[in-house]
Amino acid sequence: MNIVVLVKQVPDSGTQRSLDPSDNTVARAAADNVINEIDEYAIEEALQVKEAQGGEVTILTVGPASATDAIRKALSMGADRAVHVQDDAIHGSCAIQTSGVLAAALQQLEYDLVLMGATSTDGQVAVMPALLAERLGIPQLSGAQKLTVEGSTVKVERQTDGGFWALEAPLPAIVSTWDTINEPRYPSFKGIMAAKKKPVETKSLADLGVDPSSVGLATATSAVVDVTGRPPKGEGVKVTDEGDGAEKLVGFLAEQKLV
Amino acid sequence: MAVDRELPTQEAADLIALTRELADAELAPRAAEYEREERFPREVFAKLGEVGLLGLPFGEDVGGGDQPYAVYLQVVEELAMRWATVALGISVHTLACGPVDRFGTPEQRERWLPEMVGGRLLGAYCLSEAHAGSDPAAMRARAVRDGEGWVASGEKAWVTHGGHADFYSTFLRTPDDGERSISCFHLTPDLAGFTAAPPEQKMGLTGSTTAAMRLDGVAVPAGRMVGEPGRGLSIALSALDSGRLGVSAVAVGLAQSALDVAVAYACEREAFGRRIVDHQGLAFLLADMAAAVESARATYLVAARRKDAGLPYSRQASIAKLVATDAAMKVTTDAVQVLGGAGYTRDHPAERYMREAKVMQIFEGTNQIQRMVIGKHLAEEVTPANG
Ligand SMILES: Cc1cc2nc3c(=O)[nH]c(=O)nc-3n(C[C@H](O)[C@H](O)[C@H](O)COP(=O)(O)OP(=O)(O)OC[C@H]3O[C@@H](n4cnc5c(N)ncnc54)[C@H](O)[C@@H]3O)c2cc1C
Ligand SMILES: Cc1cc2nc3c(=O)[nH]c(=O)nc-3n(C[C@H](O)[C@H](O)[C@H](O)COP(=O)(O)OP(=O)(O)OC[C@H]3O[C@@H](n4cnc5c(N)ncnc54)[C@H](O)[C@@H]3O)c2cc1C
Repeated sequence: MNIVVLVKQVPDSGTQRSLDPSDNTVARAAADNVINEIDEYAIEEALQVKEAQGGEVTILTVGPASATDAIRKALSMGADRAVHVQDDAIHGSCAIQTSGVLAAALQQLEYDLVLMGATSTDGQVAVMPALLAERLGIPQLSGAQKLTVEGSTVKVERQTDGGFWALEAPLPAIVSTWDTINEPRYPSFKGIMAAKKKPVETKSLADLGVDPSSVGLATATSAVVDVTGRPPKGEGVKVTDEGDGAEKLVGFLAEQKLV
Repeated sequence: MAVDRELPTQEAADLIALTRELADAELAPRAAEYEREERFPREVFAKLGEVGLLGLPFGEDVGGGDQPYAVYLQVVEELAMRWATVALGISVHTLACGPVDRFGTPEQRERWLPEMVGGRLLGAYCLSEAHAGSDPAAMRARAVRDGEGWVASGEKAWVTHGGHADFYSTFLRTPDDGERSISCFHLTPDLAGFTAAPPEQKMGLTGSTTAAMRLDGVAVPAGRMVGEPGRGLSIALSALDSGRLGVSAVAVGLAQSALDVAVAYACEREAFGRRIVDHQGLAFLLADMAAAVESARATYLVAARRKDAGLPYSRQASIAKLVATDAAMKVTTDAVQVLGGAGYTRDHPAERYMREAKVMQIFEGTNQIQRMVIGKHLAEEVTPANG
C-alpha cells in the first residue's frame, strides 16, 4: 500500500496573518509557518494504514524553500520520504494552477491512495481534492471522519451536519480528511533523528514537464484586487432586566433580523 | 514570548519546536488545576517519555538522545515555562539516572539504563534526611551486609516523586565498608519494606509530590550497589553538579513566564490615563526583570557548555544555581508587584510562580551552600588543596 499525503505549509492560523502589499499574495516569508493543521490528520491516517498493512508513505508538497520545515516534521512523525516541488515561477498560483502542478507530481509517483486535508487555513477554497480527482481521473471521497482499506477498496464515512454517508471506491483514490478522523501523534525525538536520513527529492517545474507560463500570478484564474481588514468588534449591547428583559432581548434579535 | 534560542543543530531546533508544541498542548492547560488540586501528573511524564524527553542527555548506546547539556537544559527551560513541576521532574529523573550511567558496571548499565531512560520509568533521588539536608554526610539510614546482599533501614526525607517513582538512587551508610562509609544503591518499589510516607504539605510546586521514603528492614538483593563501596558521597556530589544545572534551567523558565505575564499585563493595564508600561518607574522594573532572566540563562549555558566540552564546571554550576534561582525569586516577586492587587490573587499565575520560585533557592543545595562551594573553589584556585 503506497500512500501519498499532500501537505501544505501555511502561516500559523493562531497568529496575526497578512497579505504581501506588493502583490496581495499570502505573506509567507515573515510568518510563523506550520503544517496546515488538518493535514496532520491526513498524515496520521496514512501512518495508521501503513502500520496496519505495510507500504510506504510519501509526503508531497508544493511550496517555497521554507516548506522543508513542514516536510521535516511530517518525516519525523513517521513518513518515509518526501517530494518537494519548488520553483519561483509557482509564486502566486491559484488553486487550479496548483492542482496542475500537484497532478503532474503525482503522475511521477506510484500510489494506491492519496490522502489530504479537507481545506487549508490560508486559501480556504477546499477544492483541491476535487480538482485532483478530475485531473487524475480517479475517485474522490471527501470529508472523511473514518477510513478503512479492504483489499483494493477504500471505505470512508463522509462527515455531514446530520450524520455521515458511507462511501466506497476502488483504489487508487483520493480521500480528504476532517479533524475528527484521528488524533495526530507528536513526532518523537527518535523520529526527528531518523528524519535526517530520509530521502527528500526537490523537483522543479522542468522536472515535472510543466510549462512555467501555465502557473504563477500572471496567469492565475483568480486575482485579489483589494483587501480590507475585518472591522473591529463593536461595543456589545447590555440589557438590564427591569422585568422586561425578555422583551428587550427579542426586540434586539428582531432588529438584527435574527428572529 | 517565544525565546529566541541559539541551537547547535537542526535536530536541536526541531527538538525545541516539538517541546513547545507538546508543552503548549499537554502542560500549559493542566498546570494551574493540578497545582491547585495537589495532583501529581504521572500521565504527563508518560507522554513526555513516549516522545523521548526522559532520556535526552544519555548516550545512544543505552537508548538515550545523545544531546549536549546545553540543548537538554533548554528543553527543561521550555517545559518550566509552562509547568515548573514537570520540568523539575525531568531534572530529578535525569539526576536519578546519573549514578548508574556514570558509575554502574557495564552489566548494570545494560540491564537497567535502557528502561530508565526509555520513557516508561520515572526516577527519584534519595540523599537528604530529616536532620541531614545541607550536610548529607551526617546521614543515618544504613545498609548492613547480609549474605550476598544488604538489609537497609532508616528514612530518607524530601524525596521528589516519593511513592510515584519506579527507581530510587539511594545513598545509605554502609558500616561494613568503614565507619563513615556511604554507598549508592539502585532501589525499586517492589522491595518489601520500602514505602513512602504521606506527602509533605508544601507552599508551592504542589503538583510535584515530595515524600519521605521509609526503609523498614528492606532486603536489598546482591548487585544493587552502584559504584564502589564507600564512594557514595562523591557519586552524590558529582551528580548534584549536573542536577544544579537542571534546577537553574527550571528557575529560568519559571522567571521567563513571570516576565511574560508581567509585560503582557503592563501593556494592557492603564493607570493615570496611560498604559502602566508607559510609566518609566514601572518600565524600569520590567527592564530589570528581563535583565535578570537573560543573564541567568547565559550563566547556566556557560556552565553547560563547559560540561559538554569536558571541562570542570562545578564552580560554574553552583554560580548558575545561585544566580538563576535568586533571579527567579526576584522576578516572580516583581511580577506580582506589576500586576498590583490582581497579582496577589489566584486569578493570575504570578502568585503561584512566586511560591514556586522560593523552593528553588532551597533544594539541590541551598543558596548558602552554593556560596560555600563557590568560596571553596575560589580559595583552592589560590591555595590548591594539597599544595
Ligand atoms: C520541594 C523539595 C524537594 C526536594 N527534593 C529532594 C530530593 O528529591 N532528594 C533529596 O535528597 N532531597 C530533596 N530535598 C531536600 C533539599 O535538598 C534540602 O531541603 C536542602 O538541601 C536543605 O536541607 P535542610 O532542609 O535540611 O536545611 P538545613 O540544612 O537544615 O538548612 C537550614 C538553613 O541553614 C542554612 N545552612 C546550613 N548549613 C549552612 C552553612 N554551613 N553555612 C551557612 N548556612 C547554612 C541553609 O542554607 C538553610 O538556610 C527537597 C526539598 C524540598 C523542599
Ligand atoms: C489584600 C488587599 C487588600 C486591599 N484592600 C483595599 C482596600 O481596603 N481599599 C482599597 O481602596 N483598595 C484595596 N486594595 C487595592 C490596592 O490598594 C491596589 O491593589 C493597589 O493600590 C494597586 O492598584 P491596582 O491593583 O489597581 O494596580 P495598577 O494600578 O494596575 O498597577 C499595577 C502596577 O503598576 C504600578 N503603577 C501604577 N501606576 C504607576 C505609575 N504612575 N508609575 C509607576 N508605576 C505605576 C503599580 O504600582 C503596580 O505595580 C487591596 C488590595 C489587596 C491585594
